[in-house]
Amino acid sequence: MKLYFQYLLVLFKSQMQYRTSFWLLSLGQFLVPFSAFAGLYFLFERFGQIKGWDFYEVALCFAIIHMAFALSECFARGFDNFSSLVASGDFDRLLVRPRTTFVQVLGSKFEFTRVGRLLQSVIVLAWALSNLAIDWSLIKVLTLLLMIISGVFIFTGIFILAATLSFWTIQGLEIANIFTDGGREMAQYPLNIYQKWVTRFFTFVIPFGSVNYLPLLYLLGKGGEAGWLYMLTPLAGIIFILPCIFVWIVGVRHYRSTGS
Amino acid sequence: MRTMKPYIAVLRLRLLNGMQYRAAALAGVATQFFWGFIYIMIFQAFYAQASSNQPISLEELVTYLWLQQSFLAFIMLWFRDNELFDLITTGNIAYELCRPIGIYEYWFSKLLAQRLASALLRCFPILLLAFLLPPAYRLMLPPDVKTFLLFCLSLLLGLLVLVAISMFIYISVFITLSPMGSLLVFGVVGEFFAGMVVPIPLMPEWLQQIVYLLPFRLTADFPFRVYSGNIPNGEAVEGIFIQLAWLFVLAFLGKIALQKAMKKIIVQGG
Repeated sequence: MKLYFQYLLVLFKSQMQYRTSFWLLSLGQFLVPFSAFAGLYFLFERFGQIKGWDFYEVALCFAIIHMAFALSECFARGFDNFSSLVASGDFDRLLVRPRTTFVQVLGSKFEFTRVGRLLQSVIVLAWALSNLAIDWSLIKVLTLLLMIISGVFIFTGIFILAATLSFWTIQGLEIANIFTDGGREMAQYPLNIYQKWVTRFFTFVIPFGSVNYLPLLYLLGKGGEAGWLYMLTPLAGIIFILPCIFVWIVGVRHYRSTGS
Repeated sequence: MRTMKPYIAVLRLRLLNGMQYRAAALAGVATQFFWGFIYIMIFQAFYAQASSNQPISLEELVTYLWLQQSFLAFIMLWFRDNELFDLITTGNIAYELCRPIGIYEYWFSKLLAQRLASALLRCFPILLLAFLLPPAYRLMLPPDVKTFLLFCLSLLLGLLVLVAISMFIYISVFITLSPMGSLLVFGVVGEFFAGMVVPIPLMPEWLQQIVYLLPFRLTADFPFRVYSGNIPNGEAVEGIFIQLAWLFVLAFLGKIALQKAMKKIIVQGG
């Protein structure tokens, strides 16, 4: 773990060398979800609600997913760029070092500019929460935190899976974007507005439903009797990363250098 | 015609080059299909309980969304040519200056060809599949032949306008030296005003007035609404003249800006 923080420090220093670029990028990262959020706002201004969810409820959902995405993009960016490491054969160097490949890849890249994105979602979160009448209790605060953490784990898991694929394909696959960017875009609305097959896939295969829908029901008091059960569902999202890490280990075993 | 020859050659070469990446295109098609579905479902959910009449019907909107997905390469500002960025940031731009052709026109045709190749590869499978989907998701045919012809013309002009806008991204890199930053800011602002985030007819009145003053909507929103008949043919012809006017203004300004930037550059050795 200490090694990971040292990686972070080095990367931070190197990124601060290009200051203008850094601020422009951060601004851009702030603007991306901002335009998405403005879109959300305008749609609600016109339609009023979506399948019984009002604006602030969806905004809460939006903020949680974007926050989770920003955090995991920050930390797990190394996996996102992993295919270039395999294609160039540089992965060999990681293998001979006396540390696990997992930590090394995780620390190979860190996007501090994602702070812009994070900031935006924090603002949205605060705004949504201040406009929602939730009777807070310790458990509900915990649920909220769990939702964000669970989201980070799911996105990271998907990044790892996509990276593992490149052991076999060498090239990165655009198709993985369906689950990262697509998952983010999709999960910013509560899952029940979609058709059944989408909802099922994103609850049982990739557990976004356990981040943005079920615990949200509990948080907003829409869950009914068994609501407290929903509170535990973010844990399922956290467990999602285990098979991903397992697949990663299998992938590393399977690795053959490109030789270049 | 003779002066056009080198640019047409560049166009052809780039087209062939782009066609090499068929597997990537296939993956792109699948991705865009997924996005199309998600967006349609979101709007279906919104429309399900909408009370009053909306300025664009759900069928027209579905068509609008499919066209967006199929012609993504025509309308996305972040769709970039890293080669040009590298040229500018590494100083290899010096070679470009030696070429006996206008650099604005050269880059313009390069960027144009890249988008054309990518769109040609991707649009047909998406369009075909979208025509065959169950009615709720189906891409509809344009109401008549005249509308279709107007759509084709406006789409092509829209593409030219877009390339002219994207030239400014590359020019701005001369000043910032940071491709990603320029790209992000241009991309986000441009896409929002082109109706990629919220379809323009669904925006509030005051925002629409701003949007109509900017060129971005001419690249995506305008041709797509011509296609579905949401913009009547008469208005479409008017719009095409506006496209032409913007194209000339943007190309003119771009050329001047590029010349200015070129005068200032200092190529470092090495």
